[in-house]
Amino acid sequence: MNWIDNLIFCVLLAGGIYWFARNAQKIRRNILLGRALDISDNLNERWKLMAKVAIGQSKMVVRPVAGILHIFVYLGFIIINIEVLEIIIDGIFGTHRIFAFMGYFYYLLIASFEFLALLVILGCAIFLIRRYVLKLKRFMNKELEGWPRNDAAIILTTEIVLMSAFLIMNAADGVMMSYGKLSGGILLPEFAEAATKIFGEQSQAGKGLYFPVSAYLTGFLPSNPIALHYIERVCWWFHILGIIAFLNYIPYSKHFHILLAFPTVFYSNLKPKGKFSNLESVTNEVKLMLDPSAVPPVSDAPPAKFGAKDVPDLSWKQLMDAYSCTECGRCTSNCPANQTGKLLSPRKIMMDTRDRMEELGKGIDKNGVNYSDSKALVGDYITAEELWACTTCNACTESCPINIDPLSIIIDLRRYLVMEQSDAPAALNAMFTNIENNGAPWQFSPADRLNWKNE
Amino acid sequence: MEKELVVPTMAECLAKGEVPEILFWVGCAGSFDDRAKIITKAIVRILTKAEVKFAVLGTEESCTGDPAKRAGNEFLFQMQAMTNIQLLNGYEVKKIVTGCPHCFNTLKNEYPELGGNFEVIHHTQLIQQLLDSGRIKVEGGNFSGKKITFHDPCYLGRGNDVYEAPRALLGKLDAALVEMKRSRANGLCCGAGGAQMFKEAEKDNKEVNIERTEEALELQPQVIATGCPFCMTMLRDGVKLKEQDQATEVLDVAELIAKAADL
Ligand code: SF4
Ligand code: SF4
Repeated sequence: MNWIDNLIFCVLLAGGIYWFARNAQKIRRNILLGRALDISDNLNERWKLMAKVAIGQSKMVVRPVAGILHIFVYLGFIIINIEVLEIIIDGIFGTHRIFAFMGYFYYLLIASFEFLALLVILGCAIFLIRRYVLKLKRFMNKELEGWPRNDAAIILTTEIVLMSAFLIMNAADGVMMSYGKLSGGILLPEFAEAATKIFGEQSQAGKGLYFPVSAYLTGFLPSNPIALHYIERVCWWFHILGIIAFLNYIPYSKHFHILLAFPTVFYSNLKPKGKFSNLESVTNEVKLMLDPSAVPPVSDAPPAKFGAKDVPDLSWKQLMDAYSCTECGRCTSNCPANQTGKLLSPRKIMMDTRDRMEELGKGIDKNGVNYSDSKALVGDYITAEELWACTTCNACTESCPINIDPLSIIIDLRRYLVMEQSDAPAALNAMFTNIENNGAPWQFSPADRLNWKNE
Repeated sequence: MEKELVVPTMAECLAKGEVPEILFWVGCAGSFDDRAKIITKAIVRILTKAEVKFAVLGTEESCTGDPAKRAGNEFLFQMQAMTNIQLLNGYEVKKIVTGCPHCFNTLKNEYPELGGNFEVIHHTQLIQQLLDSGRIKVEGGNFSGKKITFHDPCYLGRGNDVYEAPRALLGKLDAALVEMKRSRANGLCCGAGGAQMFKEAEKDNKEVNIERTEEALELQPQVIATGCPFCMTMLRDGVKLKEQDQATEVLDVAELIAKAADL
């Protein structure tokens, strides 16, 4: 590599990182459109939960096939980042395989990268088959039509292509290195010897660096060193530019979960799932109603809405959940309302919340922070029919691999419909009236409450 | 064999200067729904047999506010909650057993922030304690060889992670306990929660209770057991609709224990 290459590389890398940071910052701003909410309790427990559920993927394996394949891809993503680091250093300084000084450990790394790359390809291929050939039911719901379905296809194919480029690059490099120092790098008979010692002599590449997977690709490559050199370089560039491009794709995609899954789990609900939040604004009013002598708390803040009409009425945690949702549909596939053909889909609740945030965010980009439009999450995105289908059974929160809580959003929107709009189904209004008048959801007299004793 | 039930109220206890061990929160369904009243009485018989000094609120009891809260009416919920808390604190109640997972969840989880701090347990948990401490005994009764499956109420199971207490009770019956495909944390709702009990279902191609009943009936059980008066209604309706009410009974765990203990 000459210095022009290095310069181009540095410019592209810096540009890629800058653009990503800019978009990530927008997402952060959108999330912070939400209400403040203090989640700073039980930090120890939170770290443990994150280790188990996010890092340890404990809820993913509830569905073993998808769970294990996901672990392949996830491990691939994490471990292969070490290799990306090497590529970046090589790219900036014009070195070749700078980490090779680690000797045996390097072989181990390379070998594990290669196996993982293979597993990633395998995992993504099976994921594609499940989605587009077997058409698993939960990937066929209406809310995935259009962009969400393409998004999934783009992510999976990109990962396959990137990993393939990585393996072809290694294959070409392996052959060249078995020829000697052709790739302008460091290769090294003593490494070759060590490789042979560790791994035996099953392959041609064993004479160069040991590439346990890509060695099987060498047969497809030309033997001309110049051609090999170009194949290696093209794959190298393709791989790293692909990664930079992919990095910049993520903020536009459900794939952002690879970053937000961790904080989402960290800040997840630790209380019993049956417990719903307590609306303090209501508590203050109810106290005043029950005890007229109570003094209302003094506050400069504008009176809070009861419940949520739009995304700024939700908490930042609920909004972060929406950006973390990877649209896997486990929630929806376990939702009793959805299973029985009702309009409600907890996944769609999360997708709508994100789409609405994006819409507001774009408006803010164009027109400044005070931007508002005539739309809202309730009505324009999520209909009352969806909201009223929920049995509050918590199957969705239980199924979500990263503890996302669609139910809390459903309830906040219901609160808005009922308390701000007085727009509940008639039967529920009747139930409210009964509770108010008789202290029971049915029309029975409180005086008859103990009649069962003598019946 | 129907003995008259002795059911003291908190007001009576206070008048006599007695302090009951535990308050039995009957709940609206347990007080007014004909089928649920039978469960209430089974619970009372168990408490009486175990010589638990309990009392009820009687006509002073009022809805916990659960259906209002799940339906989004936080105002009504908090009105109910605060009135109930005043009453409960007035009687210096420390411990509550409920006959309904919804009352259980609300009292246990949602009342503390509003000033109501009680130890709250579900009736299956209390009965388990009574059996474990030998205060009542069951002999397996007439259930031997029968197939029983347990339907997890959402607000007992997923809502509060109580999966084992009801199963431990069923385990005492020397019946065959079989699990549905979807059980415990993965259990399927009966369709009543979230105030659905009080409204028509939204447009769909199937009612949730039918989906759940079909799953239970696949096992061809003699008994579908549950621990919630609303699940009871939903599953009974389902079984009737499927015309299986001759072959399969829907019973609360408390009723099974009461039967097994000849109460
Ligand atoms: S809580 Fe509501 S949205 Fe979630 S699974 Fe149950 S019915 Fe569906
Ligand atoms: S909320 Fe969770 S379970 Fe539902 S689609 Fe999103 S990531 Fe999957």
